[in-house]
Amino acid sequence: MTVLLVAVAVLVCSGLAALLASGSPRAATALGAGGAVVACVIGLIAAVPFLFGTPAESLRLAWNVPYGTFFVEVDALSAFFLLPIFGLSALAAVYGTEYLQAWRGRKSPGATWFFYNFLVASMVLVVLARNGVLFLVAWETMALTSYFLVTLDHEQDSVREAGWTYLVASHLGTAFLLAMFVLLGRSSGSLDFDRYSSANASALFLLALVGFGTKAGFMPLHVWLPEAHPAAPSHVSALMSGVMIKMGIYGLLRTLTFLGPPPAWWGWVLIGVGLTSGVLGVLFALAQHDLKRLLAYHSVENIGIIALGLGVGLVGVSNGSPVLAVLGFGGGLLHVLNHALFKGLLFLGAGSVLHGAGTREIDHLGGLAKRMPWTAATFLVGAVAISGLPPLNGFVSEFLIYLGAFNGVTQRAGVAVPLLAAIAGLALIGGLAAACFTKAFGVVFLGEPRSEHAARAHEAGAAMRWPMALLAVGCALIGFCAPFVVRSLASVLPLVSGLAPETVGEKLADAVAPLRFVIAGSVAFLVLVAGLAWARRRLLRGRTMAETVTWDCGYAQPSARMQYTASSFAQPLTTLFAPLLRTRCKLTAPEGYFPRAASLSTETPDAARVALYEPAFSGVGWVLARMRWLQQGRIQLYVLYIALTLLVLLVWKLG
Amino acid sequence: MTPDIILILVVLTNLRLLGASRIGASVRTVAVQGILLGLLALLAHHGESSSSVWLVAVGGAVLKGVVFPWLLFRALRSAEVEREVEPFVGPIASLLAGVAALGVSLWLAQRLPLPEGAHSSVLVAVALFSILVGLFLIVARKKAISQVLGFLVMENGIYTFGVGLVRESPLLVELGVMLDVFVAVFVMGIALFHISREFDHIDTHELTTLKD
Repeated sequence: MTVLLVAVAVLVCSGLAALLASGSPRAATALGAGGAVVACVIGLIAAVPFLFGTPAESLRLAWNVPYGTFFVEVDALSAFFLLPIFGLSALAAVYGTEYLQAWRGRKSPGATWFFYNFLVASMVLVVLARNGVLFLVAWETMALTSYFLVTLDHEQDSVREAGWTYLVASHLGTAFLLAMFVLLGRSSGSLDFDRYSSANASALFLLALVGFGTKAGFMPLHVWLPEAHPAAPSHVSALMSGVMIKMGIYGLLRTLTFLGPPPAWWGWVLIGVGLTSGVLGVLFALAQHDLKRLLAYHSVENIGIIALGLGVGLVGVSNGSPVLAVLGFGGGLLHVLNHALFKGLLFLGAGSVLHGAGTREIDHLGGLAKRMPWTAATFLVGAVAISGLPPLNGFVSEFLIYLGAFNGVTQRAGVAVPLLAAIAGLALIGGLAAACFTKAFGVVFLGEPRSEHAARAHEAGAAMRWPMALLAVGCALIGFCAPFVVRSLASVLPLVSGLAPETVGEKLADAVAPLRFVIAGSVAFLVLVAGLAWARRRLLRGRTMAETVTWDCGYAQPSARMQYTASSFAQPLTTLFAPLLRTRCKLTAPEGYFPRAASLSTETPDAARVALYEPAFSGVGWVLARMRWLQQGRIQLYVLYIALTLLVLLVWKLG
Repeated sequence: MTPDIILILVVLTNLRLLGASRIGASVRTVAVQGILLGLLALLAHHGESSSSVWLVAVGGAVLKGVVFPWLLFRALRSAEVEREVEPFVGPIASLLAGVAALGVSLWLAQRLPLPEGAHSSVLVAVALFSILVGLFLIVARKKAISQVLGFLVMENGIYTFGVGLVRESPLLVELGVMLDVFVAVFVMGIALFHISREFDHIDTHELTTLKD
């Protein structure tokens, strides 16, 4: 416990030191990033033992805030979330040292590192806090620091707009959390987590679902994600998407631990939310042209998969089926870690593309694999992992959820239909994700450059390459060491599912057996590929090889613009789901025998934003515009408002 | 019984403020009120006249009875304002409103739950009445200087509360409040001067054009 608090202190102090050293960019970067890395290493060393059986430790200090105590505790669930926080933060900090060079002279790195380190510290505190006030303070610090990081480029209108959307969404979410903590505190008389009772559990669950769901990005509360992630610097996007949105999942899980035995409909709600977020998230990702926006929608999709896992787990708990509970929660939790790894990797890769080629527009890129081999290779690993293909980590967690759902379908008649829907949804999500990443990887890295930007692209430096490489190794390690990783969930799952540790261990051991087959198959496949590659080299040795253009359809002069674009690649799927996507299409078709100008542009605005939030907020704006008569600009009148309000309250209270 | 006489005098000064049509008279009335409150602090604590009571009482009286009027008269001279109060609500109507406010305060004072050792409900009523009158002056007068006076009267109300309800130690709080008020009046005096230099008047009614 003490060591973890030391890590937090190091983060805070190094952040402040970076701010004070703003005058010298070098010193600020060294202090900020160095402090973050040191703190994360200390934190990781301190957190890991709690996953392997060290009993929970807590610390309770008095705090001068009403209802607040500085009550922190680290148990297996906290430690599990600390792993991605510390791991990804350290790697993203290293990456940031080079990535932020692009802002040199325009932005002081001191302030950026100050917010970065405070963001990491606040996330650590969110996970450790065991008092409602302390939790909310950490939660708000997290929202504000990330807001300032998102709006680093605040000169641009679009970035300010994105930051504003994020801030509003974040605070609306916190309002629900505030209501939840007030309700919890009112029924138990204290805001410490260990004293909560579970009165009004269903109302509390719904408040938590909306409040934490806004941060996590459940559809339709996800509106801020596709705005904020592209606007933020890439290492911050990686941290926000990889770890910060998981704080929503952590909050939901922690809340579930106070709420007592769950009724079955909570599970159904989560499965429904998961399916909606997963399917719509990946569909909207398919329709995007901006690489980082595409990744942001994939975060929504993966949060959907996590929610699906948790939903299956809740159904298992309420139906008294340990297999379902263990595999559902296990898959959901493992996906949290996996998503942190591969989404962090993909955002860092997207940042490297942006850094090297200067654009995020997928249709302006192409042929980057030759110019940026490291980025291409690591991005490919991330893409395979996020598509849930074996042998990488994304497969392992989705496999657990599948396994759980299949078990439920075959053994329990009452829950079969919704679980079948979950299986079908998960399969659809996986397929669409694979299609989407084929598009993203193929168009960005393969073929020929579609623009000058892409042709002049250059590989990132070592500080940006190594974090990506390490994350790719992490993805592969979890995939190949799946049996070990899955078994080490045994310390976390009893906390969230309420089952006995022995039962959990037994069920996990059952799940590990089929995973061994999968790994053996993957290894055999890799050996086969390596053998074929070796044979190809062998056969080609001593022969001349020539390169020529791809089949050029009879045109004498093929140009890079004739390649498949991202939109044309995705068109069959986007047309199929057109009623959901509502893509706006502007087409000037070629006419006549010698057509000259023709153009096509498509845009897929967020459905929830257009159909739900814009009408709602313009309604609020209309109502507020009607209230303008209250604002006369006279001090006397304003004082009168205050005085009358106070007087009426006093009379009402005493009368 | 002497504290009650002083309280009645405070009520009378409040009514005088509501009916006053000249700024000079208003400033002097507020000064008198300040001195009365200093006396009140001494008399209310006559049993236990320690140094801090003396400090608050004498300090308050000097500050409110001498320093503030001097600051305000200086601001008035430098801003070269006319001597009229220029009310939104005329003196007769103001007085009627004041009587109504007195009624409301007496009623509230009876309902208000008070801690042990409160001197009398009359004192609470007078405190509330001063606060309401201060608010009324802020709301119903045009010139910025009237707002400063209203603010002072409100503070006097809070001070009265403090004298009635607290024993020894929170007098320190009272000292702090007094210091705040001193700074506030100082700043307001400067602001008044600058407003009048910028706009040729200190009529807040004309400042509405500044709204968003």
